Amino acid sequence: MHMADALVAPAVAGTMYVCSAAAAAYSVKKVREENDPKKIPVMGVMGAFVFATQMINFTIPGTGSSGHLCGGMLLSALLGPYAGFLTMIGVLLIQCLLFADGGLLAFGCNVWNMAFYGCFIGALLIWRPLMRRGATKGRIILASILGCVLTLQLGAFSVTLETMASGITELPFAIFVSTMQPIHLAIGFVEGLITAAVLVFVHEARPELLYGVDDVQKMPSKFSFKKTIAILAVVAALIGGCLSLFASSYPDGLEWSMERIAGTTELEAEGGIYEAASNVQEATSLLPDYAFKDSESAFGTTFSGIVGGLVVVVLCIGSCYIFKFFRKKKTA
Amino acid sequence: MSKINNAIYEIHHIDQIASRDQWMNQIHPLVKLCLTIIYIAVTVSFSKYDIVGLSAMAVYLFIAFHLAELSFRDALRRLRVVLPIVCVVGIANPFFDRVPVAIGVFHVNAGVLSMLTLMMKGVFAVLASYILIATTTIEKICYALRLLHIPTILVTQILLTYRYITLLLGEVNRITQAYALRAPNQKGIHFKVWGSLTGQLLLRSIDRANDVYDSMTLRGYHGEFRYVGEKYRLRSQDALYFIVWIALFALFRKIPILIVIGNLVGGLFA
Repeated sequence: MHMADALVAPAVAGTMYVCSAAAAAYSVKKVREENDPKKIPVMGVMGAFVFATQMINFTIPGTGSSGHLCGGMLLSALLGPYAGFLTMIGVLLIQCLLFADGGLLAFGCNVWNMAFYGCFIGALLIWRPLMRRGATKGRIILASILGCVLTLQLGAFSVTLETMASGITELPFAIFVSTMQPIHLAIGFVEGLITAAVLVFVHEARPELLYGVDDVQKMPSKFSFKKTIAILAVVAALIGGCLSLFASSYPDGLEWSMERIAGTTELEAEGGIYEAASNVQEATSLLPDYAFKDSESAFGTTFSGIVGGLVVVVLCIGSCYIFKFFRKKKTA
Repeated sequence: MSKINNAIYEIHHIDQIASRDQWMNQIHPLVKLCLTIIYIAVTVSFSKYDIVGLSAMAVYLFIAFHLAELSFRDALRRLRVVLPIVCVVGIANPFFDRVPVAIGVFHVNAGVLSMLTLMMKGVFAVLASYILIATTTIEKICYALRLLHIPTILVTQILLTYRYITLLLGEVNRITQAYALRAPNQKGIHFKVWGSLTGQLLLRSIDRANDVYDSMTLRGYHGEFRYVGEKYRLRSQDALYFIVWIALFALFRKIPILIVIGNLVGGLFA
């Protein structure tokens, strides 16, 4: 998945450099805060370990082909997301300089596609939450496979977006995506299995080496349920209110397909039931077509964005409470 | 030679040629690093149909290869990783972009042109990176990174990773060789030992990292890795080298220099 320099335009490369540099700066800050001088030599040796073990061919049973270890996921499971991310940067730079695997200009893209997703998404969103209740063989396997598959999918999707944004290929987006994603789904699954095998071994031999296995249980959750809901509500209002102003006036994918097939984006249906349903919808919809009735103003769009966001938040909270109510009832 | 042996050989070989006492090797590492990045950025910024303008960028490669006395064959071997990826992405262009374009008396598909420029960009970028790494040791590149204010943690970690790569590659090589001798007629590592084989190496590596830390502490390490090699001063010839190339890159980017020279020479004979 290493991107070559020829596949990125300078503007895209620059943007990705800035994004990766921001993640690296944050990671450096976090590693410094840990104030563990032992960490740097461990990071160095672990980087070399990942580099060396990626040369081992692991036979995939029944296929005759072989797979490799997933570096990002393994490093973040052992060193944590921040130290793991910095270690991956070192590995990627050496791969780029010594073996021409990935380009210097595309380095920011490669760090983002392989290190950022592998370490941040893999460790913080998958590994850590799954290990919250303690590490078991099943959870390690699940976290490894899920982490590798998801991070590789995100990485492959980013490669497609970066290449398309660079205007390098004439390949249509849909074809490019549909080629990249399934291949990386299979690769991710195999890499997940190999990574899981190594991590299960570490768990059996030296469980204290695994990141976030025992410290998570001791640590109180930073955000309470109420705080999380409040943040979600603010984010939803922001997205709905501000970003909806920039909503495209062009038809979306489904509308576009309908326009191609039926010649119109709004299908007319006849019959009593349809008319009755349409009347009910007309009477209940406060903001038809995301604006006030008989109005086309941007304020209407913003208002409908905020209202939509709030309704979704209320629905989410409601379903959470309903779920909790039934769970309590079941356990009682 | 196995893949791992190949990698070890390549690392030693590049280390060796980068440590030579050569004119290009003496140029300040920061100058070479910045020049390489600017060269690649300028190269990829050419329009996908501007094959003539892009060709002028090969001038830097020819001159730098000559000045650094580098083997072109060694450099071409590095293309084996990049070219297939670039080809896969570019191969669709002739099918989707069929607008005919005239180059002199020839007529070609615009897609063919964009595919060729894509390949050229890929080759040029790899060769430019090769010039950098074949004339600058990793220590010097790390020194240049420190001058660019890249945090010490990152630079130290890169240096340590590089130092331990050959050691661990050697260890992996011994392990896989021993495994292959015990399990003949088997391609790769059987899934039953995926965890234990790699896990043992992992545990040994972590123990080694702790030993490294202990020995570093005994030698006065307190969280900051102070070694950056000898200090390199920016000489006037380094600055001149940088300015001349930047001026030439700007010229190649703005003016279709090959066409201008062609017209000039053609005019002389007309």
